Amino acid sequence: MDIPNNLLSLILFTPTVLGLLILILPKDEINLTRWVAFLGSLIPFALSLVLWFNFNPNLPGFQFQEQYVWYGAINSSYHVGVDGISLTMVLLTTLLTPLAILASYTIKDRVKAYMFFFLALETGMLGVFLSLDLLLFFVFWEIGLVPMYFLINQWGSEKGEREIWGGRKVQARTYASFKFMIYTMAGSLGLLLAIQMIGLLANTFDMPILFERIGTLEEGTLMGFPVSTVKAVAFWAFVIAFAIKVPVWPFHTWLPDAHTEAPTAGSMILAGVLLKLGAYGFLRLVLPLYPTEARYYAGVLAFLATMAIIFGALASWGQTDFKRLVAYSSVNHMGFVVLGVAAAAFATGTQNAVLALNGAVLQMFNHGLSAAGMFFLVGVIYERTHTRDLNEYGGLFRLIPVYGGILIFTSMGSLGIPGLGGFISEFLVVRGSWPIFTLFTALSMIGLFFTGAYILKSIKQVLHGPLNEHWIGHLSEINAREVFIITPLMVLMLVIGIWPTWILGVINRAVSMLFG
Amino acid sequence: MAFPILSVIVFTPIIAGMLILLIPGERKTEIRVTALAAAFFAMILSLWVYFSYDIAAGGYQFVEKYNWLPQLGISFHVGVDGMSAPLVLLTGIVMFTGVLISWGIDDRPREFFAFLFILASGVFGVFCALDLFGLLFFYEIAVFPMYLLISIWGWKVTREYAAMKLTLYLFIGSVISLVGILAMYFSSGLNTFDMLALENANFSPEFQRFWFPFVFLGFAVLGGIFPFHNWSPDGHVAAPTAVSMFHAGVLMKLGAFAALRVGIMLLPEGAQFHMPWVILLALVNVVYGAYIAMVQTDFKYVIGFSSVSHMGLVMMGFATLNREGMMGAGIQMFSHGIMTALFFAVVGMVYDQAHTREIPKLAGFSKFMPLVTAAFLVGGLVSMGMPAFSGFIAEFPIFLGVWQEQPWIAILASISIVITASYIIRIISKVFFGQLPEELHGHIHDVTVLDKVALGVLSVILIVIGVYPTIMVPLVESGVNNVLRLLGGA
Repeated sequence: MDIPNNLLSLILFTPTVLGLLILILPKDEINLTRWVAFLGSLIPFALSLVLWFNFNPNLPGFQFQEQYVWYGAINSSYHVGVDGISLTMVLLTTLLTPLAILASYTIKDRVKAYMFFFLALETGMLGVFLSLDLLLFFVFWEIGLVPMYFLINQWGSEKGEREIWGGRKVQARTYASFKFMIYTMAGSLGLLLAIQMIGLLANTFDMPILFERIGTLEEGTLMGFPVSTVKAVAFWAFVIAFAIKVPVWPFHTWLPDAHTEAPTAGSMILAGVLLKLGAYGFLRLVLPLYPTEARYYAGVLAFLATMAIIFGALASWGQTDFKRLVAYSSVNHMGFVVLGVAAAAFATGTQNAVLALNGAVLQMFNHGLSAAGMFFLVGVIYERTHTRDLNEYGGLFRLIPVYGGILIFTSMGSLGIPGLGGFISEFLVVRGSWPIFTLFTALSMIGLFFTGAYILKSIKQVLHGPLNEHWIGHLSEINAREVFIITPLMVLMLVIGIWPTWILGVINRAVSMLFG
Repeated sequence: MAFPILSVIVFTPIIAGMLILLIPGERKTEIRVTALAAAFFAMILSLWVYFSYDIAAGGYQFVEKYNWLPQLGISFHVGVDGMSAPLVLLTGIVMFTGVLISWGIDDRPREFFAFLFILASGVFGVFCALDLFGLLFFYEIAVFPMYLLISIWGWKVTREYAAMKLTLYLFIGSVISLVGILAMYFSSGLNTFDMLALENANFSPEFQRFWFPFVFLGFAVLGGIFPFHNWSPDGHVAAPTAVSMFHAGVLMKLGAFAALRVGIMLLPEGAQFHMPWVILLALVNVVYGAYIAMVQTDFKYVIGFSSVSHMGLVMMGFATLNREGMMGAGIQMFSHGIMTALFFAVVGMVYDQAHTREIPKLAGFSKFMPLVTAAFLVGGLVSMGMPAFSGFIAEFPIFLGVWQEQPWIAILASISIVITASYIIRIISKVFFGQLPEELHGHIHDVTVLDKVALGVLSVILIVIGVYPTIMVPLVESGVNNVLRLLGGA
């Protein structure tokens, strides 16, 4: 089969075009809108499968590159391409989006606008993974905020109030979406300024060129400051922006609010893909652009990651709101990604670094699967019970055994039990980091213990214990559509757990060539 | 001889204005149609100028020169370069959409359109003028009708105060500039007001340093530079919708543009000497303007102060005196013009139906005016400097330019982006979403087709520039090269 030579642009812009198409569909045809959105979102997925099978993991550098003049006056171009790391993330994004859209069939209010924002969000996320131009990267990085803001603000949970300054009460979703937006924008402000400094330093925004020039540039001055100072400042600006997105403790406080208030599908994408943007930023930009600084400050990063792992797990354990519990678990799991990155930053070029990074990238993929699955399952039970309070469930296994089985399976995937994907990736991270940051890795193992604790707690409170009589006769079993959504996620978790080679092969080649 | 396209653009509005005055006042439909036709014609011509400008050749094009008062060295001399061509287009677009939005004006539409068009002629004239006398002449023509438009058709509560304040401020500004211009005229010894000749007059550095603040600040008053900005929010708020659009969208550019054309281009050494403190004033504009906008509760005042903040970015770009900064400023003038015209149009539509602009009393408009909501959203994203919209294309190079001159200013100015985001988000979620208040039930309807066309045109332009900057950037860049040549760089 012939591969179109603008395959990446096709993947990138199909969702937006589809979204615009949906806007002109008739207003009352809710079902039509849903199906167009779902079937249409399978197109980028199919295309990224084509991409996956035609990608040659053994070639160094980026493949399927496209480059056109975009903003010539400041030397920025539309430049896209994939390597093993971004390919994995593209696959994750295009896989989760159709599933999330299918999970949105319960949305009845302004379906057209909802689907438009959702598809625009997909373009924004894909753009971040595909960009090979710093300015373009920033464009997509920022643009993804807007649809997410509206998904939370307009279609988020209708209950709940939050007190803000002066005791005024606002809807919780208003508070959460505002916090999400301002938090992330403040973070990306530093990113923007740092990108400008880098652009001035190198006089280009093109990543492959920057990797060659900036990484080795040590001498000279910019704006009267020595280059090393400029780079250190830019390094921290990048790190903070990405750390907010991941989120790394102590920059995580936007996350529980945003996740909890977002609609189910929004949480799936938020946890499944959006958090990966931050981690991807570390891999794609921080490590190659600032090898010296990254090595110097790796200890700080590892410390923050350990804190995220421990506090994320403890905070999760302390929740009574099911969705908040799952939200904090993201802080916990993403901590491992950052730990792997920190270890690799400290020991670039060693076998341990490669192992840790393999684990980090695979953990990004696995967490995408398990977090999306968990949020979906929380959504399923919430739609039936209209509560997320763990104390109001109890003994539901008897009423909904199929759901119970699925929940246990997915939870185990999240916990990282051997045989499922999470185990492979967390093991790789720990194995890679142990010789580098022994103390931090050991401490994070304690965090892992609490991971087990909170996951078992949620299973116990929802499914086991004395049956809450209130739900008898009011609780229906998980339906076929919902099973259809969760199945691919479960299958992938199992496949990666048993035979990870198919995906690790691609990841390993990429990280070995970049950091080996 | 080539078709005198710039003269036609400059005089079309004023001739149309005279024709409109000849139509009996009660035949309102004919008046409106005539106005629309003239505005459309001017817009098409300005599009023609924009797209047929030869970027590779650069310099002033479509030049026309006729003697006017040869004894004093005054001529009618017009032409556009890469800086002014986008502004001519901007004026054409704002004029056309302004007429569309004013369709519903029922109180003496004849006089309204006539004054509006005199103003438009003045604006076109300033952007095209290559003669200092002509520039000042058109400048005053643009400012004077503003007084009448605001004091007759404006918001009843503050219109007399605001119109008086605005006019006095601007007159004082232009008088100060006039003094500077006369000083240039006499000391050059060339006996000409022709700017192309004065560009080569080689004023002494002392002369330039002394007179630059007068000329620059005199015009910059109209650009809303701190601390001479406070006529502008009052004026914006008191003006009727179309006039606010013109005022914030085009008139403020007039000040910035004249400050560039006369101040920086004719007194380049003065500019280099004084810019370090001008950039500080601009910084105050940017941050303080955004902060004041954030604490307003009147919808229109929010937008009014946001203009102060955004025009500060233009001044800041100019003040860098480098390629990136000035290029960004040039794009920002166009982008802000379209954006703020869109904002004021939306504010007008909301106010016309709700009869209040107090943000706490407004809510839930998206259900009744979806397209207006979408348009405001686009404008809001531009205002926040969101990538893929024109604001980003403009602000990014401005910051890039500021970095090269004074890094701390770039960092401080960037705070305004977050402040802007917070007030824009607050307005969007408060005014357009949520539940419509009880007292407004049954009063809110969707806007007319003409309004939708106007909003559509403005929004599409903002997106197109954001996604495909090449449509404007090379043009502005060629204009900037012209300025850099005078500054001794490039």
